[in-house]
Amino acid sequence: MKKEVIVIKDIKKTYVNGKLQVPVLHGINLTIYEGEFTSIMGPSGSGKSTFMNILGCLDRPTSGSYRLDGEEVADLSDDELAYVRNKRIGFVFQSFNLLPKLTAQENVALPMIYAGVSKAERNARAAELLTSLGLGERLDHLPSELSGGQRQRVAIARALANNPSIIMADEPTGNLDSKSSVDVMNIFTRLYEEGRTIILVTHEPDIATYASRNVVLRDGLIEEDKPNPHMAGLKGGTAHV
Amino acid sequence: MYKEGFIMAWASLIANKMRSLLTMLGIIIGVAAVIALVSIGFGVRQQIQDSISSLGSNLLMVYPGAPRTPGVRPTAASQKTLKVKDYETLKKLNDVDMISPVAGSSSYVIVYTNKNWTTTVNGINSDFQYINNWTMKSGRFITDAQVERRERVAVIGSTVAKNLFGDENPVGKDIRIKNDPFKVVGVLDTKGSGSFGNDQDDIVFIPYTTAMERVRGVDYLSMIYIKAKDGADLNRVQSDIENIMRVRHKIKNPELDDFNVRNMATIMETVNETTGTMTLFLGAVAAISLLVGGIGIMNIMLVSVTERTREIGVRKALGATYRVIVMQFLIEAVVISLIGGAIGVVFGIGASKLISAATSMKTVISMGPILLSFGFSMAIGLIFGIYPARKAAKLNPIDALHYE
Repeated sequence: MKKEVIVIKDIKKTYVNGKLQVPVLHGINLTIYEGEFTSIMGPSGSGKSTFMNILGCLDRPTSGSYRLDGEEVADLSDDELAYVRNKRIGFVFQSFNLLPKLTAQENVALPMIYAGVSKAERNARAAELLTSLGLGERLDHLPSELSGGQRQRVAIARALANNPSIIMADEPTGNLDSKSSVDVMNIFTRLYEEGRTIILVTHEPDIATYASRNVVLRDGLIEEDKPNPHMAGLKGGTAHV
Repeated sequence: MYKEGFIMAWASLIANKMRSLLTMLGIIIGVAAVIALVSIGFGVRQQIQDSISSLGSNLLMVYPGAPRTPGVRPTAASQKTLKVKDYETLKKLNDVDMISPVAGSSSYVIVYTNKNWTTTVNGINSDFQYINNWTMKSGRFITDAQVERRERVAVIGSTVAKNLFGDENPVGKDIRIKNDPFKVVGVLDTKGSGSFGNDQDDIVFIPYTTAMERVRGVDYLSMIYIKAKDGADLNRVQSDIENIMRVRHKIKNPELDDFNVRNMATIMETVNETTGTMTLFLGAVAAISLLVGGIGIMNIMLVSVTERTREIGVRKALGATYRVIVMQFLIEAVVISLIGGAIGVVFGIGASKLISAATSMKTVISMGPILLSFGFSMAIGLIFGIYPARKAAKLNPIDALHYE
């Protein structure tokens, strides 16, 4: 039996806008195991962004239980959530969200500052991560001096900085050309092969084929949840579902 | 974490050089103004203190004064209660080292050949030279014998000498005061300007007897200067003088005194109090500009928070806590105000030196106002930085991430 990383039970989320109550998530149940590469798809308005925010501990559910690594996070304080985001979750965003005035290495080191890692250790680990993603020559470049694909690789390196339990990627290829998209997805496949847990939100079916498990949301509920035995990124082999 | 904060703050200041400088300007001007104005205030006090202590601290002055009865009270200077008899009685007092009456302090036109000059003519005696620390440039001061004989002799200040005689030696020459001829017997050394910028050398001294009887035709004195013996208890000397005066003037109730005795110690106190109030007032006016500078910092920090909403969102998503974000913005505000404060201190000292070099005003720079205004500017950075910093730290990471 694989270890459960995320256990979600009957998560509901309702936005209150004045007198208007807008229910977005109607009760989602989902368990994600260690080492899974899960894609979450859904048309716009299906609630996948809201679900992602809750999974990423950026937002709290209105009701329901969310256990991450066995710990209930639904009712943690703001600072405790910040700690969880820092240590257990690595984010990759559609628009990269690198700090424009920091170099690639400094951007990767940023989450480690908040984790209290020493400066020497931070720089060494940031350099190591960037080198492993093929950016060893670009440590001192500012984001503006990098291509879109390179920026997203810096963002992936940053997501890995504190060695988190899960990598969460929100449309990571949304701003990339097809060549860079393939590069980035190959990196995710490699991370999957290394045994990392990955959650990927996308609206492109092509991208979802890289995942080992496909979840489809519709109208705030899970419509479909099935394994994907023919992962696009794997060379010859099949997914270890 | 503080080090990171300082590095980030510094980077942000460098990235927006012009904006940082303009923000600092408020603090710079505020701190510089406080330091410069307070140094002027301290300078005025120093100048007055110097001129008072140059007179000697064991000096007492007896002025005529109105009885403190209800009704209309004429001003002290117009009182006619101080007589020569009073002076002669006080002269016999044990603790009195020197004593000089003053008759006059009236302006007259002084004429020499075809030139004239309007100045103050004071009637005094020989002790006056030592009581008021006058030294002679040439000739000699008025003697007791000349006072005794009511001679028409005059000692003139250097300003009067320059204006009437030019390069000529005035000693032995005749001048006319109120059309009476007076022989110049001495010229005083230059003393320079007094506490209030008045020219102390624009003066003529004549025997008080001559002044009363021949020039002004009055029988009262305008004041009496008394220098107590060294080591005498000034307060006791003062009460002795008051008692003698009351006996002479047949006053039983001290409330009805028709004279005033003041000693230098109490005058010094009054001066310190007055200049202290003035300095405080100047400093307070300048401090208002510091406050305005603080509001400028708050304004810019709010702009900075809005501009960096996305950055704040990223930082929060990556695990920055409330405290970390608050510290980042607070440190930035404090760094702005500290740098502004430091530049302000330099400018303030410079301005103060410039003022004393370019004008006749004396300025005194002391550590107190420098530390105070520097500390105040830092406090302003903290106080006005808190609101923007809290606003930044309270941002919802989702909203901040999606901010365009």
